[in-house]
Amino acid sequence: MTEANTLPTTRDEDWRYADSAFLGAADAEALNSWQVIGVPAGETSQITSCYPDTQDGAGKVERFRVHVGKGGRFEAFFVIAGGSYTRVEVEVTLDDGAHFEFGGVTIGGGNKTQEFVTRCIHAQPNGTSNQTVRAVQWGKSSGNFLGRIEVARDAQKTDAAQNFRALLLEKGASANTKPELEIFADDVKCAHGAAIGALDESAGFYMAARGLPPEIARKLLLQAFIGDAFAALEDDALRESLMEAALGQLDKAAL
Amino acid sequence: MLTIDNLCAEVAGKPILKGLSLSIGAGEIHAIMGPNGAGKSTLAYVLGGRPGYEVTGGSAQFMGKDLLDLETHERAALGLFLGFQYPVEIPGVSNVQFLREALNAQRGARGEAPLSGGEFLKLAKEKAALLKMDMEMLKRQVNVGFSGGEKKRAEMVQMGILDPAFAVLDETDSGLDIDALRIVGDGINTIMRKPEKAVLLITHYQRLLDYVKPDFVHVLAAGRIVKTGGPELALQLEEEGYEAVAA
Repeated sequence: MTEANTLPTTRDEDWRYADSAFLGAADAEALNSWQVIGVPAGETSQITSCYPDTQDGAGKVERFRVHVGKGGRFEAFFVIAGGSYTRVEVEVTLDDGAHFEFGGVTIGGGNKTQEFVTRCIHAQPNGTSNQTVRAVQWGKSSGNFLGRIEVARDAQKTDAAQNFRALLLEKGASANTKPELEIFADDVKCAHGAAIGALDESAGFYMAARGLPPEIARKLLLQAFIGDAFAALEDDALRESLMEAALGQLDKAAL
Repeated sequence: MLTIDNLCAEVAGKPILKGLSLSIGAGEIHAIMGPNGAGKSTLAYVLGGRPGYEVTGGSAQFMGKDLLDLETHERAALGLFLGFQYPVEIPGVSNVQFLREALNAQRGARGEAPLSGGEFLKLAKEKAALLKMDMEMLKRQVNVGFSGGEKKRAEMVQMGILDPAFAVLDETDSGLDIDALRIVGDGINTIMRKPEKAVLLITHYQRLLDYVKPDFVHVLAAGRIVKTGGPELALQLEEEGYEAVAA
């Protein structure tokens, strides 16, 4: 992690996909400030947020540092839809039996750089974590996910999972992902998976053959795709508002 | 209803259809039989407008319009249904959502009012019962986890709901056991055996034709119709093989 009051650059491993123009002009103090959240033992805490279009050229870095007490649960669900550069970082430390649930969607076009960076520290035994990130990009945008899972030496019976999938709707769009697993315990489960691809053409033809115009077919497919990230969000109204915020970006896209 | 004249098409630069002509009128059921590689599925995809299947000559008129000039979804709205040999799985999208969107998109294109959720479910239930399919299946994701036979039955439920004027059914009988074959055959008859509708059955085998009696049977070989006859032609093919009959 970068020391306070010095600016990171894209030479830093954790910032390698960041927008260098944004970093060059950023305010070091603002960039290095963290929102601190404590989840008491046995309790559940949740944050959801959509980062919408900011004014031209504006960017945003949001950083959360979370500690989850014994048997507690922390859930975070985000949509990154806008801003030339948007980065959401979550660092979570889990005590005995605590759970971290993370769902993130990046969706956008133009020259946007949209990224999630997570660091999940399984500090004690029996902790579980599940992270699902979906990226939908077009234009020359990029959607990134850097996910680090650290399992301490005595954090036995840790069960951690991480999954990233990206759909690139046009040539020129990109996605980057870097799973990092640092495991010092020997009785743990850590799963990670990543896939980057284009929309399924055979599904598109099948849907068209049933009468669906391409824009509706695409919306249905993307709805299903990004829905994975919010499958664990139990509040229907919240889930729908995040889905709408994400899918609303498609209407602005000239695809 | 459908008039195909001297149709030529290629896939990846390789000519597959080489001057195919076929005319299908309202109230008729036609069967196309033929050996592997004759161009049966290519014909279905060309009629459906699949990308990558390039028409290089000839024409196809459907309901008085130039079929080949329309987008795939416009062909569907005009009343063309394509039953897939390999129905596609669509994870995360339920049959109910998919079919309601599809039906309402077609209705919209024809200037008809959309069906409400309740109206749609009533219709779906009725058509599912016709094919002896549980409504629970329709609430599941499109074709995901369906067996080969279930996928084919689901295709026929889709056909029942969308109620097309004309159906091209590409090997709808493959992968079906004897009971399912009868159910699917009955479904085709109930949904499509009407004076204002027509069907083009594409099949390898005679057995589906025991249930859905064709008015005409055509033999497709090397990209052209080489022989046309009545239902007896299918029996002759079954006995003597394509090579003997098509020669």
